[in-house]
Amino acid sequence: MNNPSQTLPLANSFRNGPDETGHFGIYGGRYVAETLMPLILDVDRAYNEVKDDTAFRAELAGYLSSYVGRPTPLYYAKRMSEKLGGAKIFFKREDLNHTGAHKVNNCMGQILLARRMGKTRIIAETGAGMHGVATATVCALFDVPCTIYMGATDIERQAPNVMRMKMLGAEVKPVTSGSATLKDAMNDALRDWVANVSDTYYIIGTVAGPHPYPTMVRDFQSVIGDETRKQMQELEGRLPDSVVACIGGGSNAMGIFHPFLDDPSVRLIATEAAGEGIETGKHAASLSAGAPGVLHGNRTYLLQDADGQITEAHSISAGLDYPGIGPEHSWLHDIGRVEYVSITDKEAVDAYQACTRTEGIIPALESSHAVAHAMKIAGSLPKDHLMVVNMSGRGDKDLDSVGRWLADHDS
Amino acid sequence: MSRIAAKFASLKKEGRAGFVTFVTAGDPDLATSSKILAGLAGAGADMIELGMPFSDPMADGPAVQASSLRALNSGANMKQTLAMVRTFRQSDDATPIILMGYFNPIYAYGTDKFVADAKAAGVDGLIVVDLPPEESELSKPTADAGLDFIFLATPTSDDKRLPAIVKHASGFLYYVAIAGITGTRSADTDAVASALVRLRKHTKLPIAVGFGIKTPENAAQMAKSADAVVVGSALVEKLREGLDANDRPTASCVDGVLEFARDLAKGVRSVSK
Repeated sequence: MNNPSQTLPLANSFRNGPDETGHFGIYGGRYVAETLMPLILDVDRAYNEVKDDTAFRAELAGYLSSYVGRPTPLYYAKRMSEKLGGAKIFFKREDLNHTGAHKVNNCMGQILLARRMGKTRIIAETGAGMHGVATATVCALFDVPCTIYMGATDIERQAPNVMRMKMLGAEVKPVTSGSATLKDAMNDALRDWVANVSDTYYIIGTVAGPHPYPTMVRDFQSVIGDETRKQMQELEGRLPDSVVACIGGGSNAMGIFHPFLDDPSVRLIATEAAGEGIETGKHAASLSAGAPGVLHGNRTYLLQDADGQITEAHSISAGLDYPGIGPEHSWLHDIGRVEYVSITDKEAVDAYQACTRTEGIIPALESSHAVAHAMKIAGSLPKDHLMVVNMSGRGDKDLDSVGRWLADHDS
Repeated sequence: MSRIAAKFASLKKEGRAGFVTFVTAGDPDLATSSKILAGLAGAGADMIELGMPFSDPMADGPAVQASSLRALNSGANMKQTLAMVRTFRQSDDATPIILMGYFNPIYAYGTDKFVADAKAAGVDGLIVVDLPPEESELSKPTADAGLDFIFLATPTSDDKRLPAIVKHASGFLYYVAIAGITGTRSADTDAVASALVRLRKHTKLPIAVGFGIKTPENAAQMAKSADAVVVGSALVEKLREGLDANDRPTASCVDGVLEFARDLAKGVRSVSK
């Protein structure tokens, strides 16, 4: 019998989203104030013009290779694999990018777009500071003034990144409203944008926000998955059996997952931050413990109370401390293509230390959530199971946070 | 005829612009907020926008953000907001009430149930800041229920966008006088007047102007070109001045707000056309 999905494999692809109005199923969209709407449409138009433009792609590829340092290695973590006694674990070394995390892949794409649009001022939000540093870096490179919004709580726990941003010439604006973390920084960045519509471009750092941001950021981050696919074939002659990545907003996960969505043999696992434990209410696990809602321009899973008020997220990792998640993740969650699990602060700190001592690689606390899950399941998997962990960033910035956490949990 | 249409018809007969107040429901607490709501029409408000508190009011400046948080901290929620309107309607069946806020609390309440309950409580219209025409999922349910869905037009809404904005708009059009958040910049009277000429080419609906109107003098200036003038942040700020260090209302809190509303109304009513 003829199965249309076999003759037309792309008809049932998981990679066709979003629709033209920016929806992945019921998620995504453009829930913004009218003042911003014409700008969002401008960004959409401009992005559609450049995304398949050969000159733009060549320019971006040039910067990614000579400035960012791509491709990043796919490293076989032999000692960790042997210690766990199961799956063969590989790290996709996004921590080796210039600025120390995957964030710069997206910033480089968006600054080139902003320049094409003739924008002369950049704004961004940041949680852990990695996106802020990456934004400040590309703004220094192209000599564009930038303002970074950062929660006052995050400024305190990520002091080295604040100094880096300032050294790079960025203005860092502390945000004291709400929980003074990433969601509040995003609120204030949107408020800035509404008031400076003519000259300003907003570089959103994750796969969230109004359409086209979730799609655009995913596309710029997909270089991670594209390289991983190629590198694994070169190293092992086949695709990986599983890919593990952490999610706050979800950009490193979306970037490494997207090129594998249509390969049913590849298990995709994303780790949310369970903070002190989902049962304690102090966590950032929007999919495990949230409900669909509308915030920051998109419909997606959110941490909220019964009255639709956004509740505060908690994670030891500032970069995962966000009460929402990108809309494409919400869709992939509902259709079951990606498994979403959660990792506690304690498990992440344990993984941070274990990875550092076993492999000599200090993972970001964010990435430690992915490492922790790999450590949890690798032992029970066969020795020929190929597992990729997205090492989304380096963890030097987290030494203080980990030290404090260990001191507080010593007794 | 809806209360909103009736109000604009009578304003036209009186030959003046309307005065619209904004306060947040439950700010700083239910009792004080209910007293303010009950006194606004007597102080000269022709229509009342009642803010539905939200934890993340992205289009609002510091004054309205703080008022939303004060309300939430005192236990405000959507049921309480609707109950306030129900109580108000027992003594005032003429002054239009427009609920203003963000979509998530409505979505969490249940869109259809919200529209039905709002109508039953005596609400006349809705302004949902983060539902642009592209995400107009409330337009049909509100139209079916006989509630007005009021769209915002802004300095960035060009002639290409305006037809989409006015297409589903009802009640009146709300012109946002500044490109920015509430309560920050001052609105420029001349720029607004010429924007209104442009908007009137696209719609026959009355046009209210808000954002950046802070004093009776500003309000009087705007009243020359607008069909109605909205003051929000300045009123909310006046309310805050009547609070003690713990955000509890002092004896003069309610009167302070109503007195300021009276001055603003006087400003609006001083202009006849």
